[in-house]
Amino acid sequence: MPNFYKDNPDMEFSLHSIDWSEIIRLKENNFSEAGIFGDAPASVEEAMLNYADILNLAGEIAGEYIAPRSASVDEEGPVLKDGVVHYAEGTVSAIRELSQADLMGMPLPRKYDGLNAPTFVCNLAIEMVSQADAGLMTIFGLQEIAETINLFANDNQKDRYLPKFSSGEVTGAMVLTEPDAGSDLQAIALRAVEDKESGLFTLNGVKRFISNGCGQVLLVLARSEPNRAGAAGLSLFLCESGPTVRIRRLEKKLGIKSSPTCEMQFLDTTAELVGKRRRGLTHYVMSLMNGARLAVAAQAVGIAQAAYTAALSFANAREQFGKPIREFPAVRDMLVEMKTQIEAARALNMETCRTVDMDKLLEHELEKGILQGDALKETKDRRALYKRFAAMLTPMSKLFATEMCQKVTHDAIQVHGGSGYMKDYPVERYYRDAKITNIYEGTSQLQVVAAIGGITSGTYKTYIQELEQSLPANVDEDLLQLIRKHVELQEETLAYYINQEEEAYRDLYARDMVDLCADLIVSYIYLRISVKNDRKKILASRFIRRAMPQIRMKSARIMSEERSVIDAFDQIVA
Amino acid sequence: MQCIVLIKQVPDTKNITAKAMRDDGTVNRAALPAIFNPDDLCALELALRVRDQYGGSVRVISMGPLRALEILRDALSRGADEAVLLSDKRFAAADTLATSYSLSEAVKKIGNYDLIFCGRQAIDGDTAQVGPQVAEKLNIPQATYAQEIWKENGKVFVRREVEGGYEVLALKTPALITVTGGYVLPRPRSARRTIRFRNVTAKPEIEARWKKENPDMPAEELDKKVEAEASRCKQAGLLIDVWSVDDIGADIKRTGLVGSPTRVWRVENVTLHTGESKKIEPTEDGIHALVEELIHDHVLG
Repeated sequence: MPNFYKDNPDMEFSLHSIDWSEIIRLKENNFSEAGIFGDAPASVEEAMLNYADILNLAGEIAGEYIAPRSASVDEEGPVLKDGVVHYAEGTVSAIRELSQADLMGMPLPRKYDGLNAPTFVCNLAIEMVSQADAGLMTIFGLQEIAETINLFANDNQKDRYLPKFSSGEVTGAMVLTEPDAGSDLQAIALRAVEDKESGLFTLNGVKRFISNGCGQVLLVLARSEPNRAGAAGLSLFLCESGPTVRIRRLEKKLGIKSSPTCEMQFLDTTAELVGKRRRGLTHYVMSLMNGARLAVAAQAVGIAQAAYTAALSFANAREQFGKPIREFPAVRDMLVEMKTQIEAARALNMETCRTVDMDKLLEHELEKGILQGDALKETKDRRALYKRFAAMLTPMSKLFATEMCQKVTHDAIQVHGGSGYMKDYPVERYYRDAKITNIYEGTSQLQVVAAIGGITSGTYKTYIQELEQSLPANVDEDLLQLIRKHVELQEETLAYYINQEEEAYRDLYARDMVDLCADLIVSYIYLRISVKNDRKKILASRFIRRAMPQIRMKSARIMSEERSVIDAFDQIVA
Repeated sequence: MQCIVLIKQVPDTKNITAKAMRDDGTVNRAALPAIFNPDDLCALELALRVRDQYGGSVRVISMGPLRALEILRDALSRGADEAVLLSDKRFAAADTLATSYSLSEAVKKIGNYDLIFCGRQAIDGDTAQVGPQVAEKLNIPQATYAQEIWKENGKVFVRREVEGGYEVLALKTPALITVTGGYVLPRPRSARRTIRFRNVTAKPEIEARWKKENPDMPAEELDKKVEAEASRCKQAGLLIDVWSVDDIGADIKRTGLVGSPTRVWRVENVTLHTGESKKIEPTEDGIHALVEELIHDHVLG
């Protein structure tokens, strides 16, 4: 029986690749729920066993229940009939099974029937579900919607909605994009008008490209302050689906076909405010988006894992010139590169999860208002640091994983040759599914914009120092020196970059800068985990030795002063 | 509806190896991984659906060595309310007659039930006899090869597989049904229950652990420790009752090897060779020749 957790040793490795004990203690509030809830752990060790159980179960459901149906779900897709969206049969079954397994409320507190799972556990679960059916991620993987309600809504709203998410009775949607507000969410126009008496709002307007817009619980970003342009006029609202929320159309898409992408019209829909007015985009949606970005990074790793698995199995079975094609160097090279990059992205995701969990949990500690004196100051400082790390690493993870996924799904078809181009094999589907990952929740280009600030502001440098300190004593000295040499090169390059007075030049080479820094971070992380076993040692060495020339290339490009895009765009494009 | 499900741990005969059979024709259980018998998993699923829809409870019983606690844990993780293990050397090496006798005595001890669910057959012996024999011994009606069960106007209906189709039977309860695998997909385990029941144990298991960890402890002290831990587990809802022959008041002449008249008379080794292969040319003529050959051999039509 296929089990995506057990069948892939890197999942268990990843679960144990980082010391999570501080995160677990904070998440479990020093194990205060042990004995109250049957599934609450009493120690770090027990929590780790619980996570392994949860992931083993997620792997079993992904491999045994969901994956076998994914081809037919891709074929069938959801249907819009008389204004009602009907999921494909396989999607309905998957939601039921994931609910039966208690996996629909993974990050939620136990009092709302959740599993109180930290981000790194959710991330690995999302990866496996996406490996089985990439489109299901927009329903399963966006548990961030429930998490956003948990973080910012009031107790009454949480009590009403969160248990329903956990039980799978409802699914949600983050209703942000509009025809004229895609990447630029500040331009949102959907109106929210307050009824002073009831304190409720009425929503009117149109939203587009809404994943699972047919969900029952909707988080809607809308303009509550008509006289205020930009982000400061936007608030976040909570409403339910119903006759006033019309699904006008389902998009016909290249990939993730099992996921319904809706165009929606709100006609005097009654909605409740979430949190405070005017914080919609600046606070809540930013938090929601960052969670979703990390989820997409996991989705990308899952799709890549599926593509790699298919490519390897094809390479083992397919014979040409009298032997399996896995024997040919060109094929081997592709397979090894896929595996190196997939495990790199997964390791980066785990590291990002660590900073995200630390940020969230330390914030929660501070909110309790118990800490005083030095402890308060220390916690405040650490929280500020992790907040900066998470803000830089989240877009970096998404960028790295989703671009990796493009290459891996591309090469998976290449390993298959002509067969891979046909519908008879699943790799063409993975290739189609992969494409959305570097578009939604912010395109790769926007991830660069989100990540570059941390690099130029010094967060990156502080983070590299933390990575240095986190290295075990017995890492390979040659590799470490090699990385350090390139850290120096990065600093040189960055100094040059910052000194460029022209914004257009900096924007032009921001992508190279972020890629270069991401490669260095992944090199450190690979080196850190390389001491765990010989296989990882080989992979780390391979990754680092192949990344360094890339870093030199990007550095040279940044300092090249090649500026035709700025100076000669019109002449070239004409 | 009070439901009882009879489940069995079986060697995974899908992954069979040469060592799987002993020379005397019995199965070498140690050589194969032990799994939840697939039809029994479907029986459990139907019982859970009945409970979820009409209320009541689901209790599972298995007979086997302590290792069978694994599938009882699994059943609890999927939603069963209670589990009992029949485990006693005097139950061992039972044929279908002795097994059905022992199980029916255990069912009688539980008493209050409306429906008993069994898998149609176990993948080790493939006899499909135990379910029907239990029904006979309890003197209750039975429906075999069931796929679905529901209530209508207070009556229980079962859809059962028959050759070329299905038939629907109305059943008087209490009744026993045997369930055919492949029609319903068993629900997955629940994460919360899996975590909770990971530490579910049984008294003999606690005893074995204490003995292993404290080989020099006097018997009396050991008994006390075991008793104390068992009662702690019981209170926490983490103890599976283990019943012996005496616990269910069974006649030892009718249980285990003593109660089993079945003997293996002769073992014939059938070895299937895969050495022969035939290349079919990917042409119209090649395909026609293949189809004709298959019809001739009665593989088709």
